[in-house]
Amino acid sequence: MPAIQMLGITKRFDPVLANDHVDFSLEPGEIHALLGENGAGKTTLMRILYGLYHADEGEILVDGQLAHITSPKEAITLGIGMVAQHFTLVPSLSVAENVVLGYTRGLGFDPLAAQQNVAEAAARFGIKTDPAALVRHLSVGERQRIEILKALYRNARVLIMDEPTSVLVPQEVNVLFETLERLRAAGLSVIFISHKLNEVMAVCDRITVLRQGRVVGTVDKTETSQAELACMMVGRETFGVVRHGEHPQGQVRLRLDHLNALDNKGLPALKQVSLEVQAGEILCIAGVSGNGQAELARVLAGTLKPAEGRILVEDQDLTGSDPSRFLAAGVGRIPEERHEGTIGELSVAENMVLERLDDFTRNGLLDRNLIRRHGEQLIAEYQIKAQPTDRMRTLSGGNIQKVVLARALSGKPRFLVASQPTRGLDVGATEYVRSKLLEQRDQGVAVLLISEDLDEVLALADRIAVIYEGRIVGVIPTQEASLEQLGLMMSGACPQGAARGGNS
Amino acid sequence: MEVLLIGLLAATLRVATPLILGTLGELFAERAGILNLGIEGTMFCGAFVGFVVGGATGNLWFGVLAAIVSGIFAGLLMGLMSVRLGVSQHVSGLGITLLLTGLSLFGFRLIYGEPRIPPSIQPFTKLSILGQVPILGEILGQYALTYIALALVPVCWWVLYRTNFGLQIRAVGENPEAADAAGVNVFLTRYLALAIAGGLMAAGGAFLSLAQLGAFTYGIIAGRGWVCIALIIFANWQPVRVLWGALLFGGVFALQLRLQTLGLKLPYEAFLALPYLVTIAALAVAGRNATYPAALLKAYKRE
Repeated sequence: MPAIQMLGITKRFDPVLANDHVDFSLEPGEIHALLGENGAGKTTLMRILYGLYHADEGEILVDGQLAHITSPKEAITLGIGMVAQHFTLVPSLSVAENVVLGYTRGLGFDPLAAQQNVAEAAARFGIKTDPAALVRHLSVGERQRIEILKALYRNARVLIMDEPTSVLVPQEVNVLFETLERLRAAGLSVIFISHKLNEVMAVCDRITVLRQGRVVGTVDKTETSQAELACMMVGRETFGVVRHGEHPQGQVRLRLDHLNALDNKGLPALKQVSLEVQAGEILCIAGVSGNGQAELARVLAGTLKPAEGRILVEDQDLTGSDPSRFLAAGVGRIPEERHEGTIGELSVAENMVLERLDDFTRNGLLDRNLIRRHGEQLIAEYQIKAQPTDRMRTLSGGNIQKVVLARALSGKPRFLVASQPTRGLDVGATEYVRSKLLEQRDQGVAVLLISEDLDEVLALADRIAVIYEGRIVGVIPTQEASLEQLGLMMSGACPQGAARGGNS
Repeated sequence: MEVLLIGLLAATLRVATPLILGTLGELFAERAGILNLGIEGTMFCGAFVGFVVGGATGNLWFGVLAAIVSGIFAGLLMGLMSVRLGVSQHVSGLGITLLLTGLSLFGFRLIYGEPRIPPSIQPFTKLSILGQVPILGEILGQYALTYIALALVPVCWWVLYRTNFGLQIRAVGENPEAADAAGVNVFLTRYLALAIAGGLMAAGGAFLSLAQLGAFTYGIIAGRGWVCIALIIFANWQPVRVLWGALLFGGVFALQLRLQTLGLKLPYEAFLALPYLVTIAALAVAGRNATYPAALLKAYKRE
């Protein structure tokens, strides 16, 4: 008998049908992936199972018994636990307090006894933790283990994990997978929500694919492939975006001249960075995160003033200028954190004109009709699933990024800075963003792409500049680059003897 | 000098009593994530209800009890506005202060008309725990409510840190989403915390009318509620530090009363302002590292 059966689940968020008669079943002792693009309805379905949403139609059976789950509390009683994407921990409380919170009886609370109980539970499931530590001091991976422990402490037999790897570094992903396999061996069932094909193939037994709120199919891992799953997810054969031809030598649109900059803590973040980006090329900044990429992007947006050096955009010296002058000079920006690049409480149409308010002002007042028409036009052009009047925060990640992209490109930039533009996006949205970047390149825009994804770098770049500890350790044409060579350079080895200047 | 000091210490405890009660009340509200600016009105209402019921029944403890009940209702009203309806906590708190002040004054007019001298009752008498023991006996000769307020400091600590209810209060004030997901009833917890908060605040008000003054005047609270709001920051939301804050303020207040009698050529308002200046200074020092309950001012709504 299945541990969980969800039959004909339908959930409507006007005007979107988030779940459309979804059937889902989970066997005891299996890791079952719920695979789909952002906005496919995976999280909605699981929030219904966990009692956070209420289905408009359909029924849920737990161990064959009809269950009406109207709150997380009831879900917990039925042995269902959920580890949400955004952790639900109280940072100021200890690990033990977080674990027992809401699962205590009686009046008194004994911190030491709670720590004892939690330590025992942790040992039973092989989870390493210090029950007395404050959650505030824990790493993301450790916090996630506390979330799992919290569910197990409540005698969960079904564990829902919502995109658990999206916040983890690779080593932590391995630890997570080991933990999940241990739980499976102990007879628990895990629902693994993801849009990452390789992870699903690595850890799951069965895979249910959702697309636009509907189930596309459920397959056994042994009987499928990443290519088939990708096809089911996006509804067509995926094709890697392709660069066309070699770029001709264009004029230099951006020149950085021995640029130095400090980070928030006043430490050197960029050291003697000199770069040129030409019209009609994509120059990628490759590197492990935290090596000065964020500061480089901020310098190029005008929000961080360089300590030394010069920034030239088409011979205009923009060193130390305000962000508005960068915009006026034809610099388009796709910021690293898309939620910071948009304002959640403003509408989609308003967000789309934020950088160019002057163009939408008539007699000192904003021309709301013009703003709305502009929004409608971009929404159609970039296939954004939203209305111009929707609040920005109600959009999915992929659609937010499309808004940011539309805003940057609608200003017809001559030089484009894109920071991690596909991070956290699903396959379809990633491909869309990449094809748009290539389109800009083909139209003669100079593109500076900052990316930590080497596949992306190799697929898009004409030239690759590797950054390490704030220094450009080398610039190589893509056709001469290999993964091994880039990996070496990114770890600080500089095959081109590019270590210029003294160490700081 | 000795007499002066004894009087000063005794007065410190007396002045601190309503502040301890009010700030402990605010502590419960704010640790649950609700800034209750209704405190000034709740204290005023408590002073009024306590005075009326105490006077009418002839039993001052009935007055205290009635004040606490009125405070609980005030807290639940705050809950209705800020927890249930999710209205801005600033607006609903100030609104409750205005409402309760107005209602109390209205009730006062109905009962007492417009007397030229404030109505008074025979207030609580001070306990003499150590009887005739010199110095200590005089300092500790305080009202029973003062001892109750002092005893409530460790009790509140115990409730917050050694009961499951306290754990839930701390959790909903820091991360209500997390508490909800863990199966804690965020709304109920906040309502209960606000009810306790209101009861404590009103008891602080009743202390003024039933013990310290034995009378009811329009200016009886005189901004003590706002002082509590400042003290809670000074105390960094820790019950024991509430005590130190209240004693500090009480001490400076008692001191300025005595400075006024020294015959210095300064307007008396300058002395009256002293405790508030000290509060501001203490806040500026202690408040800089204040760690606010993370969910303070944020209404919680399930998606």
